[in-house]
Amino acid sequence: MAAITQTAPATNSFGRTVVRHVLSNPSLAVGLAIIAAIVVLAIFADWIAPFDPLHVDPLARYQRPLSGWHVLGTDELGRDILSRLIYGARFALLVAILPTVIALLIGGAIGLSAGYVGGLWDSVVMRVFDVMFAFPGILLALGISAALGPGLSSMIIAMVVVTIPAFGRIVRGVVLGIKEELYVEAARTLGYSHTRIALRHILPNVLGPAVVYGTLQTGRNVILSASLSFLGLGPQPPTPEWGQMLSSGRTAIATAAHVATIPGLAIVLLAVGFNLIGDAARDMLDPRFTKDRS
Amino acid sequence: MLSFIFNRGLQIVPVIIGVTLATFLLAQIIPGDPADVLLGSMASEEARQQLRVALGLNEPIYVQYAIYLKNLLQGDLGQSFTFAQPVTQVIVERLFNTSLLAVAAILLASVAGVAAGTWAALRPGSVRDQGLSVIVLFFNSMPSFWLGLVLILIFGLHLRLLPIGGMQDATGSSGIGSLVAHMALPTITLAAWSLAVIARMTRSSILDVINSDYIRTARSRGVSEVRIVLCHALPNAMPSVITVIGMQMGFLLSGAVLTETVFSWPGIGLAMYQAISTRDIPLIQGGILVLAVAFVLINFAVDILYAYFNPKIKLG
Repeated sequence: MAAITQTAPATNSFGRTVVRHVLSNPSLAVGLAIIAAIVVLAIFADWIAPFDPLHVDPLARYQRPLSGWHVLGTDELGRDILSRLIYGARFALLVAILPTVIALLIGGAIGLSAGYVGGLWDSVVMRVFDVMFAFPGILLALGISAALGPGLSSMIIAMVVVTIPAFGRIVRGVVLGIKEELYVEAARTLGYSHTRIALRHILPNVLGPAVVYGTLQTGRNVILSASLSFLGLGPQPPTPEWGQMLSSGRTAIATAAHVATIPGLAIVLLAVGFNLIGDAARDMLDPRFTKDRS
Repeated sequence: MLSFIFNRGLQIVPVIIGVTLATFLLAQIIPGDPADVLLGSMASEEARQQLRVALGLNEPIYVQYAIYLKNLLQGDLGQSFTFAQPVTQVIVERLFNTSLLAVAAILLASVAGVAAGTWAALRPGSVRDQGLSVIVLFFNSMPSFWLGLVLILIFGLHLRLLPIGGMQDATGSSGIGSLVAHMALPTITLAAWSLAVIARMTRSSILDVINSDYIRTARSRGVSEVRIVLCHALPNAMPSVITVIGMQMGFLLSGAVLTETVFSWPGIGLAMYQAISTRDIPLIQGGILVLAVAFVLINFAVDILYAYFNPKIKLG
């Protein structure tokens, strides 16, 4: 029985490692600070944004940053760029996090079942993943978005589909290693059901690598969603979405560069935040890194 | 080695069949009547009916897939209504331009990435090593199209050093100087992300082998650190670096969609962007199919190169 409870210390140890790294890792702290700031902007956009993000003012087109009331200037329709950025943070976080979470759940469940059950189901799943890996992510996402028609939901579906195989493969790999462990064998001997073994004894050990990959994938999703929006496949105007703002601003790059460059900077900042967190989380699970730092 | 190539070649056949199935299914997930989307809004009801018969849209899905495969084997990828040309023709005309850009970008990313990674690995933990980490982080967090716009702004509009787009003919008939000038900014834009990945992989691969016994032996014989890294560690780190370079080649082909759009580079990517705005699904399908198959074939070539450089695989 003692062997069966091995999962609990592993989880506690992971939690302690997280707290220790947040306190001792400056880049992780910076990443968390960036994301926390953007989350605050997104939640309190109604109070923070100085203007209505959709308010059109033909007399205030292409105002430069710090010239008048508009701190970051205005776009081609005279809309306040700062307000659009603040409201756009909601979409940016949504399209970065939601597809990651959905893909983690679906891909994780598929990977867990494939790794645990094995046999024909495992072979079929892996062959399907092989085919999906044959497509560079942006291409497959582009195809699905274009076929479903542009829009937020199409974009999220496309991003989920292209992200599922990576989660599935990672979880499957971990499960293959864990299912031969003594404590899993002991649980089988005690007559526990497959569902109980998979969910209560294997799943907790799979969560760490899956969540770490999830944080890395969230950073990639920032870029992927911005790319799809740039190609016209994301939320449609006048939605204040960063990639779409950048795309519509590029036509005036020669005369009003800030309209395109400022949303781009916001995308970079958000991606840097998630990547710093992801890198730190990955390093926590990488024994070589722990050895290097000690 | 030959048996390895044959076996690996056999493995990619089902993957390529899967790729054709996936691109075929793209047309199946179109909401509503696919004939409306495949022919565009201007098409007559008669033309739509003809297409339904030609593609077997009234037939079961496996019959439709068989028709799709048959057309594919005959080089028929459908008709692009954006360009009023067969999709195959649109792609073939632009394939060279996209390949040219991707090859230039991978050369730049490989040379600069391996050099930067090696340079950083010479002094792990130093300022330059940490500087590389920061650059890698920013390149990984930067959408390529945004980098392209910033380069246009700096080198094209402010400094007026390089053209910002408008390449009409990438075959070099307008002069090699013009071609290089037009390629400079798109190549840097396309290469940036891969450069960062290759630099990071080179650095970590060198550091992985730097504590090996043969390196220790070389050190004990008084061989300089630069010589150790360049002549002993780097060649042994190359198999994993080559794998990453090969994978990047495939990503560069797909990344061309964004870069070509920013710089109006006349390749498959720009054509696909134009197809998105008109929902020209056959062209999007065709572009994705060609680029994905290229990705699979490049990975196949990389596996062979990896086996060539890695004696363990040869023995196996």
